[in-house]
Amino acid sequence: MAKQIVKMTLNGQQVEQLVDSRTLLVHFLREQMNLTGAHIGCETSQCGACTVDIDGESVKACTHLAVQCDGSDVKTVEGLAENGVLHPVQEAFYEEHGLQCGYCTPGMLMRSYRFLQENPNPTEDEIRTGISGNLCRCTGYQNIIKAVQSAATKLQDKETASA
Amino acid sequence: MNAPVKTPEERQAELQGMGDSRLRKEDARFIQGKGQYCDDIKLPGMLHMDIVRSPIAHGRIKNIKKDDALAIPGVHAVLTADDLKPLNLHWMPTLAGDVAAVLADEKVHFQMQEVAIVIADDRYIAADGVEAVEVEYEELPVVMDPYAALEADAPVLREDLAGKNEGAHGPREHHNHIFTWEAGDKSAADDVFASAPVTVSQHMLYPRVHPCPLETCGCVASFDPIKGELTTWMTSQAPHVVRTVVSMLSGVPESKVRIISPDIGGGFGNKVGVYPGYVCAIVSSIVLGKPVKWSEDRIENISSTAFARDYHMDGHLAATEDGKILGLKVDVVADHGAFDACADPTKFPAGLFHICSGSYDISAAHCSVKGVYTNKAPGGVAYRCSFRVTEAVYLIERMVDVLAQKLDIDKAEIRRKNLIRKDQFPYTSPFGFEYDSGDYHTALEKVLDAVDYKALRAEQQEKRNDPNSPTLMGIGLVTFTEVVGAGPTKMCDILGVGMFDSCEIRIHPTGSAIARMGTITQGQGHQTTYAQIIASELGIPSEVIQIEEGDTSTAPYGLGTYGSRSTPVAGAAIAMAARKIHAKAKKIAAHLLEVSESDLDWEIDRFKVRGNEDQFKTMADIAFAAYQQPPEGLEPGLEAVHYYDPPNFTYPFGIYLCVVDIDKGTGESSIRRFYALDDCGTRINPMIIDGQIHGGLTEGFAVAMGQQMPFDEQGNLLGNTLMDYFLPTAVETPAWETDYTVTPSPHHPIGAKGVAESPHVGSIPTFTSAVVDAFAHLGVSHIDMPHTSYRIWKKLKEEGVQL
Repeated sequence: MAKQIVKMTLNGQQVEQLVDSRTLLVHFLREQMNLTGAHIGCETSQCGACTVDIDGESVKACTHLAVQCDGSDVKTVEGLAENGVLHPVQEAFYEEHGLQCGYCTPGMLMRSYRFLQENPNPTEDEIRTGISGNLCRCTGYQNIIKAVQSAATKLQDKETASA
Repeated sequence: MNAPVKTPEERQAELQGMGDSRLRKEDARFIQGKGQYCDDIKLPGMLHMDIVRSPIAHGRIKNIKKDDALAIPGVHAVLTADDLKPLNLHWMPTLAGDVAAVLADEKVHFQMQEVAIVIADDRYIAADGVEAVEVEYEELPVVMDPYAALEADAPVLREDLAGKNEGAHGPREHHNHIFTWEAGDKSAADDVFASAPVTVSQHMLYPRVHPCPLETCGCVASFDPIKGELTTWMTSQAPHVVRTVVSMLSGVPESKVRIISPDIGGGFGNKVGVYPGYVCAIVSSIVLGKPVKWSEDRIENISSTAFARDYHMDGHLAATEDGKILGLKVDVVADHGAFDACADPTKFPAGLFHICSGSYDISAAHCSVKGVYTNKAPGGVAYRCSFRVTEAVYLIERMVDVLAQKLDIDKAEIRRKNLIRKDQFPYTSPFGFEYDSGDYHTALEKVLDAVDYKALRAEQQEKRNDPNSPTLMGIGLVTFTEVVGAGPTKMCDILGVGMFDSCEIRIHPTGSAIARMGTITQGQGHQTTYAQIIASELGIPSEVIQIEEGDTSTAPYGLGTYGSRSTPVAGAAIAMAARKIHAKAKKIAAHLLEVSESDLDWEIDRFKVRGNEDQFKTMADIAFAAYQQPPEGLEPGLEAVHYYDPPNFTYPFGIYLCVVDIDKGTGESSIRRFYALDDCGTRINPMIIDGQIHGGLTEGFAVAMGQQMPFDEQGNLLGNTLMDYFLPTAVETPAWETDYTVTPSPHHPIGAKGVAESPHVGSIPTFTSAVVDAFAHLGVSHIDMPHTSYRIWKKLKEEGVQL
């Protein structure tokens, strides 16, 4: 199988790796880079458990080749907290009981992280649509929505404080 | 300087005990991507297994050609039933007393059945190997309908059972018949029906659905040939039972088998059974002497692992003209698929379906369930419910609505008339269940008041009168009772092992604690809530209590987590183990304080000398003393184990109301309101209860409004990916309103009944009740699920509804 060098920024670190050209990004992250936060739930881009952030967009890593990320800036759930301080979306999911089995959580968090940059002050309906590419079987979404609302407030407060 | 003295309220709050909406202990790892699920496990030298599956639903295997697969660099082995035969592992026992093929032995019985396995260096090469295995089949006639399966000339599906006229649950009347199981009193019921002024009947199909947790099934099997020890990480809701089964199958002594259920990405019943994939990975590891991982993909999960329901039900009610129910009769044809692999307590091939008299005081009842083989995947698990209770609740709630409609009585009124009254508890049902406690009428009125039921009915009438209304409005109402917490060992066992559960608590010298349990959390939050029970019982802060589950080498034997049994059974085991510790702690406190035990009072976290407030010993003081120099006659240490055999099931109940608006033109439905009142007895963590209810309601919504496993006549499953199988997104999912009453269980040590499955069980008939109610003025009294827009649109056309 043809192998190829892939260079990318992964959670702020430069990485250079030799990968099979057919390796999916989610397998590259989980098996080669030992970042097992992104999960596999469907292999058809429906469930979003594998959602990561690539160059400022939410991407489902189960249907994206690792080689497509050459030169990209990739962020996974493991890169959300900075210097041991949780990101506001992480805090909010914890405080609002926005997770149960935890399997969808990394994807939900990465989608929420990106969504709140796209729409910093969303309505409930906008949140429902904004996270509709990510499935959760446990929570019924109600507390996830509360968590995203709470994270939006936290992010706005942070911005006000730093302004 | 002395620390400030804390008030009792402050000390109580610090415990975060029962009743506290304590945030979850498990979340820190999950929100940082540090959960450890089965597929996250990576061992040195680990190989990967993938499965060759049958493309057809029924056929004879003529030939399997492995050569091309074996020629692929990185493929280590290709195994078929012929390779497993010398080990006697090509078939395995099921939980229901049948056998199931591990790898298809000469015949395939359903599409996607396991035919061969490929073990390779990585998952990509294993998948290449699967592609390269060539299997030649001779197709046989396919039977997908359970009624057709019972016709005299129906094809014989299970040739391996030829001549076996006696099954695990009685005589087999036909080559595709598995069992007929009955409960209740047939002649009493027949008598009531013969003389009743009113009878109603309704046929209904509870379609085949799949629990579909977000994480599929998988395992990592690692056999150490030198030590002769087998360790397997597995997506299992019942690791101890799996250990027993694996030991029986493999011949490895149970003491050398270690099953670990790591973090589990949802179970919902799907992860109770022992699947061929697990067995094959274990065999591969033993044969090859290397760790072997198997990770199922989504298509495999939906197509081949345990489904739920598939009950074809005929319900009959007998009543007086003013709506008092006199009798109930139910006949079910149950499609079990190719092997009887239902996960039920041994004595109950239809689970606890005989809870089907529901919340109603009915004097005579009878039910009969006939299990049948077809060319579908095996299973029949409790999808977020106690065994077959969802089917039972659906049946009775539909029947009560059908009767109400026939008699033109409001569905709230007919329930008021028939609900078991508070003063009738403990209530013995016509099927012999002893309902522990309930206050149904209070709960019903609370819900009707909360939603202003009269106003809703008035609005509905207005809409019915208005030909220009763009929508039909339906109101669903359900008053359900579940039976959970299986169960008393005199009635309930799995493979002969009684359905007790267990807890072992150790208090360390410095006053922190660890508790190990026979259950396993899959999102329910056990690591949070179990600690709260101990905190309240022993006065140790939840924060310093570690809960461990899922590792059979460290946890006491337990039957696992399914059927809402964790709180009713294991939760009781915790309280009882804690009380043993409490009793010993009291002796130590008396010794330390130089008083007799009868002079001591317990307060929050300490024993106090009665009448002398300043003389006390906290549980932390006592813990240290237990390891220092215990009083004469007491062993050192402070720990206890309890195996809890429940005296009875628990009977949580709920009152659910749903308002649906249906677009007359498109058939699209919109859940305007869903009000769920649950009574689960004592509430341990209200935040977690609400979360469980939201989740259960959403799963119920999925089942009622969209989930189905459609097959064509050739046995092809037409929807086995998440592109087709309905898992609601945040857009479709309604907003939920929750409420509660508290009627503790009198026989449970802390009065708790279990909650996580009630919302699934109770909500499904509520949605159907609402959708049917929208059509009720047109004389429609039942519509089968799922209530998709297309099916509702067809109904609108059938009924001549004009926009």
